[in-house]
Amino acid sequence: MKKNWWKILAVLLLVFTVVAGMLSEVPRLAILNETIRNLYFHVPMWFGMILILLISFAYSIKYLKKPTIKNDIIAAEAAKVGILFGVLGIITGMEWARFTWGEYWSSDPKQNASAIGLLIYFAYLVLRSSFNEQQQRARISAVYNIFAFAALIPLLFILPRMTDSLHPGNGGNPGFNTYDMDSSLRMVFYPAVLGWTLLGVWIVNVKSRLELLRQRLYETV
Amino acid sequence: MLFKEILYLIQKDLVLEWRQKYAFNGMLLYVGSVVFVCYLSFGLRSNVLVVPVWNAVLWIILLFTSVNAIAKSFMQENRGRLLYFYSIVSPQGVILAKIVYNTLLMLVLALMCFLFYALVLGNPVQDVPMFLLSLLLGAIGFSTSLTMISGIASKAANSSTLMAVLSFPVIVPMLLMLIKMSKNALDGLDRSLSLDELLTLLAINMIVVTVSYILFPYLWRS
Repeated sequence: MKKNWWKILAVLLLVFTVVAGMLSEVPRLAILNETIRNLYFHVPMWFGMILILLISFAYSIKYLKKPTIKNDIIAAEAAKVGILFGVLGIITGMEWARFTWGEYWSSDPKQNASAIGLLIYFAYLVLRSSFNEQQQRARISAVYNIFAFAALIPLLFILPRMTDSLHPGNGGNPGFNTYDMDSSLRMVFYPAVLGWTLLGVWIVNVKSRLELLRQRLYETV
Repeated sequence: MLFKEILYLIQKDLVLEWRQKYAFNGMLLYVGSVVFVCYLSFGLRSNVLVVPVWNAVLWIILLFTSVNAIAKSFMQENRGRLLYFYSIVSPQGVILAKIVYNTLLMLVLALMCFLFYALVLGNPVQDVPMFLLSLLLGAIGFSTSLTMISGIASKAANSSTLMAVLSFPVIVPMLLMLIKMSKNALDGLDRSLSLDELLTLLAINMIVVTVSYILFPYLWRS
């Protein structure tokens, strides 16, 4: 029970996010209207993705320092969950873009950059599946994972800021601007970020434990 | 010590290339025929080729040429020779030498490509020195990121497919910057406008070289 408090917290926060996100008072703005509630679902996906990919990156470094099966599995599973969050982020973003910008895909620099970022991680999965031997697969995909993360950072955080975009947070601003957010939005937004990220960590945790058990089973059989 | 190693390794690559010219000549022929194919496909109606298209097609040709040219930088080495290197030189020396050598190779190929391309399809470039600078940065950028990728891909089973899959997403940010910078040079805009792109490209190159320098020893061990 003591070790699982954060899982309970994640569930509570997500329940709060969904209920409060759908029912609470939001600022009435032209064009945005009620779609502003997507803030609680779209933006936390990207926060979660970056954080979980950071976990994957950290475990890849850890694997190169100390090659154990556990480090490799956590890095791989975290990358997969990061991809899941990225796909959900793109879908929610496209839905939002449909109602505010008029098109699902308007070739916005941020949309393009995140699509390329996803391609990088799909390539990681393809690379992983092209090795038969476990140790070689683990080491080489760890090397690529670190390389890919280093390439992803300028892609997501530097390049879109240098070009004009419809997406908020361009032209020198940080990704989301804390000053122009209404305080009633913030009440739900921060718990939402925390909740979704914890959920992602939870999924990584469960998946990597399952994968470890599966590996152990194959070894003994 | 490291510097001397790098010089020796570059020399070795150059001599090897000189002795078996078929690889280099093959690349030149590849560039030539791709440019000619573009010429024929656009040549039907010459007014179709506006400046942005001219620019984009040139960079796409360069991208495919560099993927093909650099893919062989680790695949052509046989096992015995790699084992020999492993015993006498440091991995950092190998990767840096390969990067420098590939940069030289790409520079030659890019210049030849540009000359032939401009000859056949017309030369709308208004600021030639700036355009050449963007070609130089492109050669450095492509060779830095593709050398590491080719090292990774050469370990896998279906390396030629993997090379393309792994390299394209990584290289896209660089390509976008390069296209924007060379577009500025094509239109003869003020040079200070390209400074942003130039600095970003240099920064991305620095990141990639540093990461390759740190990671290559781990890759090489297998």
